[in-house]
Amino acid sequence: MSEELFDVRLTVNGLPHEARLPARRLLSDALRHDLGLTGTHVGCEHGVCGACTVLVDGRPVRSCLMFAVSAVDAEITTVEGLIEADGTAAGRLGPVQQAFAECHGLQCGFCTPGFLTTITAGLRDNPDPTEDEAREMIAGNLCRCTGYTNIVKSVLRAAEIAGERS
Amino acid sequence: MKPGPFSFVRPQGLQHALEALAADPGAKVLAGGQSLVPLLSMRLAAPSTLVDINALPDLDQITVDDAGVHVGALARHADVLASPDVRRVQPLVSLALSHVAHATIRNRGTTVGSIVHADAAAEMPMVLTLLGGSVTVASASGTRTIPASELYAGPMESTLHHDEIALGAWFPALADGEGVAFEEITRRHGDYALAGVGAVVRVDGDRVVSARVGYLSVCDVPTVVDVTGALEPEGRAAEVALERLTPDDDIHATAAYRSHLVRVLTGRVLRSAYDDARARSGGQA
Amino acid sequence: MFGEPVQRVEDQRFLRGRGRYVDDVLVGQQVLHAAVLRSPHAHARIVDIDVSDVLDVDGVRLVWTHEDLGGGTAPAMAEPLPLLIPHPQLTHGRTQYALAKDEVNYVGEAIALVVADDRYLAEDAVGRIKVSYEFLPPVVGLDAARAAEHLVHDDVPGNVAARLEQANGDAGAAIASAPHTLSLDLEVERSASTPLEGRGTVARWDVDTGRLTVWTSTQTSTGVRAAVAAKLGLDLGQVEVVTPDVGGGFGVKINHPWPEEVLVPYAARTLGLPVKFVEDRREHFISSAHERAQQHHVEVGYDDEGRVLGLDVQFWHDNGAYTPYGIVLPIITSTQLLGPYKPGAYRVVFESLYTNTVMCTPYRGAGRPQGCYVMERTMDAIAAALGKDRTDVRAANFIQPDEFPYDHGLIFQDGRELEYDSGDYPASLVKLKELIGWEEFPAFREEMAREGRRVGIGLACYVEGTGVGPYEGAHVHIETSGKVKVATGLTTQGQGHATSFAQIVADALGVPFESVEVVTGDTRRMPYAVGTFASRAAVMSGSAIHLAALRAREKVLKIAADALEANEEDLEIVDGVVSVRGTDASIDLGTVAVLSNPLRYAFDEASKAATQFTVGDPGKPPVAEDEEPGLEGKDFYSPERSTFANGMHAVIVETDPDTAEITILKYAVVHDCGNLINPMIVEGQIQGGVAQGVGGALYERMAYDESGQLVNASFMDFLMPYVTEVPRALDIDHLQTPSPLNPLGIKGAGEAGVIPSAAVFASAISDAEGFAITSMPISPSDLFHLRLQHASVAVDEEPA
Repeated sequence: MSEELFDVRLTVNGLPHEARLPARRLLSDALRHDLGLTGTHVGCEHGVCGACTVLVDGRPVRSCLMFAVSAVDAEITTVEGLIEADGTAAGRLGPVQQAFAECHGLQCGFCTPGFLTTITAGLRDNPDPTEDEAREMIAGNLCRCTGYTNIVKSVLRAAEIAGERS
Repeated sequence: MKPGPFSFVRPQGLQHALEALAADPGAKVLAGGQSLVPLLSMRLAAPSTLVDINALPDLDQITVDDAGVHVGALARHADVLASPDVRRVQPLVSLALSHVAHATIRNRGTTVGSIVHADAAAEMPMVLTLLGGSVTVASASGTRTIPASELYAGPMESTLHHDEIALGAWFPALADGEGVAFEEITRRHGDYALAGVGAVVRVDGDRVVSARVGYLSVCDVPTVVDVTGALEPEGRAAEVALERLTPDDDIHATAAYRSHLVRVLTGRVLRSAYDDARARSGGQA
Repeated sequence: MFGEPVQRVEDQRFLRGRGRYVDDVLVGQQVLHAAVLRSPHAHARIVDIDVSDVLDVDGVRLVWTHEDLGGGTAPAMAEPLPLLIPHPQLTHGRTQYALAKDEVNYVGEAIALVVADDRYLAEDAVGRIKVSYEFLPPVVGLDAARAAEHLVHDDVPGNVAARLEQANGDAGAAIASAPHTLSLDLEVERSASTPLEGRGTVARWDVDTGRLTVWTSTQTSTGVRAAVAAKLGLDLGQVEVVTPDVGGGFGVKINHPWPEEVLVPYAARTLGLPVKFVEDRREHFISSAHERAQQHHVEVGYDDEGRVLGLDVQFWHDNGAYTPYGIVLPIITSTQLLGPYKPGAYRVVFESLYTNTVMCTPYRGAGRPQGCYVMERTMDAIAAALGKDRTDVRAANFIQPDEFPYDHGLIFQDGRELEYDSGDYPASLVKLKELIGWEEFPAFREEMAREGRRVGIGLACYVEGTGVGPYEGAHVHIETSGKVKVATGLTTQGQGHATSFAQIVADALGVPFESVEVVTGDTRRMPYAVGTFASRAAVMSGSAIHLAALRAREKVLKIAADALEANEEDLEIVDGVVSVRGTDASIDLGTVAVLSNPLRYAFDEASKAATQFTVGDPGKPPVAEDEEPGLEGKDFYSPERSTFANGMHAVIVETDPDTAEITILKYAVVHDCGNLINPMIVEGQIQGGVAQGVGGALYERMAYDESGQLVNASFMDFLMPYVTEVPRALDIDHLQTPSPLNPLGIKGAGEAGVIPSAAVFASAISDAEGFAITSMPISPSDLFHLRLQHASVAVDEEPA
């Protein structure tokens, strides 16, 4: 007696992906295991830590709290989609990624993709945040390594870089 | 922590959704999922069917008029919070929403979903009850409107029938002379509250005409207390409220501490709501 | 590059989502998934396990209980997991089985393993296993363990795994004859590392080569390798352990082998297919490891200056249900409790006790936070009793700069003498007081009081033994491309080793930083190693890498001197090019590498330069005696003893008179870890440690109920701090007293931020409230009740 499988088309980082999945497959697992996009990480599966945060129609959402079958009509952006095209195969780091590298905003890197997507959307909505606003922007993501000081710095630096690049 | 198996349907029309719900007594509605999905992942709940209503049209509207605010079933907390019209017509909704979890959760969680999830530790069930709002629900046999006072049967239990889907919630507008306030104490920013209090105070000049206080996390169901006649001496309102509340011991706080917070916050929130009412009616706080 | 805040090389892959953590291994390839049935009871006998319902679940490949282990080629699988660090005083050590045999001793203990096509199916299958239990009374918490009304293990009297006493001088006599004495009872509650990534293991058995490859999220590749080989009955040479990117360890991943670390390879071998186990968050809470819980009783005798004449400490350590890590933790507490001080006489005795809870193994700080807490509360108590400034009492007790090396007359966790090598505690204290504004605080307190606000200031000092042996090694290989490949066997969990170690090599060899690639934790590249713990990586591997790079440099100069027909002393290496100082004569490292390996067969243009008709003196052997072909350097660093870093923290807190909420206004750290390889990385470690310490002092504890259920086994209820809970104002200053014990003069920094946290917050909150805090962590609810208690005591003490 096996589970019903659904033909699911997910649009991730601008590209369509087809997969055949049971309804209970979490979006986080579908992205990682069925689509091979392992940049999105799983830290708790109860929506608290934020490591799994992706953008759904541009808004940060916990991918561990969505089923892949519910994500079919959405545009999903993962950390892999934050790279900017620059004519090379590898692309260049987006402003948020670049800021994290400059400001030592990551250590083990496990929580980082969730912060990167969250901050990317946050800066799009508020391109010039104060330090308070920067802290509020990241207030829903856990990090065990950095103590957050350099992540806050990275938000402010990312705003600068985005400004410089535009 | 992966969910157990379930049947799944993502209807494109309300009728289909209602039929799917009616067809399986073990079916549950999936809207925002921010409360439901963790329960499934932890295998604390095991619905046999999930009816994903996120594709239903026209349910995400937020409509505001002089009478109040109507929030559709698929309106996300984030959108309700961001609405300047909501803030203008019923500021208590906006005040309380900023305390609901974290921004990312608010992007997907629905205000109506939170209301019918019936958690007495959540903000919106209390706000709906304090304001005397209502929820409109649909089933195969039609629609009905449930006033907040009849919405909660017990802990985590709404009075919706199994085959009903909430279509929207309605919050009455702030009336002339009214002011509102909301405060909660949490362990961490964004956590469930150890105690939370909201108040609606109506003034006539500098005289208080009515005062109602709503409580979350210190009761099994959202509890509203009319303290109009209990405003003097200071602290009496909280004592009156405590007679109706059931603060619990848990690993985060003792019942005694929660009762203490009720005392502290009731006073603060009544004062703030009074000041708010005075400011709105052009008087001095 | 030493001392430069170089941007990290590992960031390039992490930021692109291209890290390769254990759950990423073999994604897209065929791999089976494991799930574990765990005990729902804290203490029970297993009467029967019925797996009949599982076998017909679609996609299930195997189900095992203890009965299924130990046959055929791997009898050791049926035996208990190894007791990693034996000690003569650990008279009643116990370890668990890979799958429980007859009895379970904590909620979470592994009972059965299921392997299926995916994790969802495996969890379904686990849910269908039926176990019947005979309940046994659980022993939960130190009070119950000490009372020993019930036993965790039938054959361990009094629940005592070990008892160890150490002494220097006669503390009893010193206290008896001291002008003043005090007695304190102190307590720290249980907490845990909780990295964002939990545990995981992937194994693949290659039937063609007869070799096992294991990827596991560990802090010790060689430890896991040896344990897996032993358990599976394989030669060491048949097992390779590759440590993937690890999403944080903080100590919990030093314990090994986890049951899953041996079960997964065994299953992979049995099924002939790769198997993966990745725990979920609940499993991490109930089946990895915790730490911190201790109760202390202190007797201290001191003089009018507050100098400690005699210190007697008795304590009880909760080691949970098993003792795989021996008694290292309470030994660390016993010894590191001394901090930067020189008490006249010291006696410490502990009992390590069993409880029916998750076992306790090192968590960042590893016993030091508890020791620091006890000593610092004692110092504060002495200051309060004498009416003296708390910093003056510390200063009166410091080991002075000219007293190093200072021998405490005790044995440390590495089995060697507790002898401090260097430090300048008075200078650190001066810096700390300036940084926090110690002298200005009384005026600040008055100003706040006028606004109805309540504030307090606290400090805490600690010493940390780092760079523990036995050794670490490094292999440096200069390739014909000019790239420098470096391997060391210990592991990385976010400390930026690939960057800081590359900085060391860049300096030692004279090569561009970008040309150096460092690999850690891969037994294929460096099979001799110990692991990452006790803040030892920079000291141990940093030193080994430095030494190995120097060996490689020696060889480079020898070959280059020959090729350039110059003297070695006239050569310099800059940016990967060897040249004769002051001339144009030069040769790049890649070419030197080519020349280092005399060839018969060229394989590309460059290698022609090394072939037999092109190079070499026909009158000499192509490879000289005592030489090896290739351009490699290998060396090991094995210290005589640990090197002692130190630090001091201070904090200003505000406590709400109404709600008892605790807010951090300012936090200051003065830190001495000797020379800094990469100051940016060190600062990151301290910031992270401080945040973790804030969590441990004000938010986090493991909440067990009386039946041994862990009530808060999720991130919803185990309160790790978000950005909103950590101090906004965190000032860090450094002192650098180099270590005389290693070539780079470095000391460890990894645990610094978290060691004094309980102590410093207890100190500041006590100062704010006017009564002593003796139990940590503390929540607003706890503080509210303490206020009531102390108010009623005050009322009782009022004259009638």
